[in-house]
Amino acid sequence: MPSKTEAFFGSVGRRVILIGRDVHYASKIINDAFYWTFVSPVKGKPVRVRATISEIVKAGYNAVPIVAVISLFVGIILALQAAYQLKRVGALIYVANLVGVSITRELGPILTAIIVAGRSGSAFAAEIGSMKSAEEVDALVTMGINPIRFLVAPKLLALMLMLPALTVFADMIGIFGGFLLSTTVIGIHPYNYFQQSVNALLVKDVMTGLVKAWAFGIVITIVGAYQGFKVEGGAEEVGRRTTASVVASIFLVIVFDLFFTTLFYYFT
Amino acid sequence: MEKAIEVIGLRSHYGQSEILKGVSLTVPRGKTSVILGGSGCGKSTLLKHLIGLLRPTEGNIAINGRDIAVMGEEELNEVRRKMGVLFQGAALLNSMTVAENVALPIREHARLNESTVMIMVRMKLDLVGLSGFENFYPSQLSGGMKKRAGLARAIALDPELLFFDEPSAGLDPVTAAGLDDLIIKLRNVFGITIVVVTHELASVFTIADYVIMLDAGKVIFSGILDDLRNSQNERVRMFLERRPETKTYSPDDYFRFIVGD
Ligand SMILES: Nc1ncnc2c1ncn2[C@@H]1O[C@H](COP(=O)(O)OP(=O)(O)OP(=O)(O)O)[C@@H](O)[C@H]1O
Ligand SMILES: [Mg+2]
Repeated sequence: MPSKTEAFFGSVGRRVILIGRDVHYASKIINDAFYWTFVSPVKGKPVRVRATISEIVKAGYNAVPIVAVISLFVGIILALQAAYQLKRVGALIYVANLVGVSITRELGPILTAIIVAGRSGSAFAAEIGSMKSAEEVDALVTMGINPIRFLVAPKLLALMLMLPALTVFADMIGIFGGFLLSTTVIGIHPYNYFQQSVNALLVKDVMTGLVKAWAFGIVITIVGAYQGFKVEGGAEEVGRRTTASVVASIFLVIVFDLFFTTLFYYFT
Repeated sequence: MEKAIEVIGLRSHYGQSEILKGVSLTVPRGKTSVILGGSGCGKSTLLKHLIGLLRPTEGNIAINGRDIAVMGEEELNEVRRKMGVLFQGAALLNSMTVAENVALPIREHARLNESTVMIMVRMKLDLVGLSGFENFYPSQLSGGMKKRAGLARAIALDPELLFFDEPSAGLDPVTAAGLDDLIIKLRNVFGITIVVVTHELASVFTIADYVIMLDAGKVIFSGILDDLRNSQNERVRMFLERRPETKTYSPDDYFRFIVGD
């Protein structure tokens, strides 16, 4: 019979070992994913082009409608909220600044990332997880095909391209939403609003947003792949891992957002 | 007897529990060897070691004289190029057609133009009796057809070694017998070394040249079919005569079992 202290340290130790193993596994996936996406093509093993295009269509093109609708609404909401405050000080024209800056620096990237995490991150986890439980991943390995190269590299490449692209799109639609509301309901002259937006927006703002979006794309792919490859059992574990991948990627997206925003605050 | 595979003192763990407890066996070249044993005795685990999917805790696995237990991934891939595996559920990639599935290992390992690849794919599909199903998706095939497609993919690169995990599981007797015929044909015509994991006695007696029997992570029999029939080992006899487990716990043992000690 082990004493209470022994049992306590034993359970802490087991936890730590398990967490350590998870971290090791996650870093192995990150390492392999970057190797097979960027290093091995140089050595003559290119990323699967057709799979990448299909991922681009699924993760990027098919997300356009939902990204458009959500950013339009958020643009409008933002303009309304800004107007509510700014009309008290008689500075309604600054609605343009507020909408433009907060969309490009923050809301465009983060909204896009959350939509993509929900649509594609979960799909990655479900796809890889069900392949794992059906021994398809094992089959790939025995055929000498690296599963990370086959499954993750096209997804990583697709999200690295499509998250910034969708973000640019979300920025434009969001700003347009603000423009729409300001010029109709609030009654700002379209030309004034346009001028104000152009003056307020710096290339720097847009660029920092895109850097964030790029990083979010990596986070979402890796989390989805990690959860997928962790599946050992059957269908119900695939479901659990899929849900976990959405929660984890949204959480990590916010963590990285905090990190980058702090970084940009001090260094730009 | 020339050895295709030689396993010495293989021990394997999932976490804390030991699944294979010092397994030693040889697989003769150009023959069909069957790994037989009850559910949960570690057959699939042993197979995963033979194809390099799992790394042993201890022991050697020599394939064509080279120990794969200590090989790096690159070297292992070279060995795997000469192996074909048919998994229990066929493990076809669901996002690809039958033809693309069969073409997968060919495209990965050989630089061939598209028409040559398609000719090879058609030849393999013809061999397993699936010509005309090139553009079907796995979800559109029956269980038996999936296995055949999986087999076509396993033999796509003309392997020297072919592994089957429970080829007849979940198939009706006629379809299962058809698959057995294919296995015999592959050995006779192409001289492939075949390793089949199964617990179907009927198919053992049709396909096997050599039998290895596992029980609770240990080899309890290995030899030719006639020796298996004449074996006096109690566990082997129980398996062959389909006798149920009769061992009962003494009250003391039972208490210990419940308490989990
Ligand atoms: N991934 C795993 N993690 C933990 N334990 C496992 C795992 N896979 C198998 N086991 C355990 O290892 C033992 C042997 O499993 P294995 O799949 O090799 O049996 P088997 O002989 O193939 O059985 P069956 O005939 O039912 O397929 C079982 O007791 C099983 O519970
Ligand atoms: Mg099994």
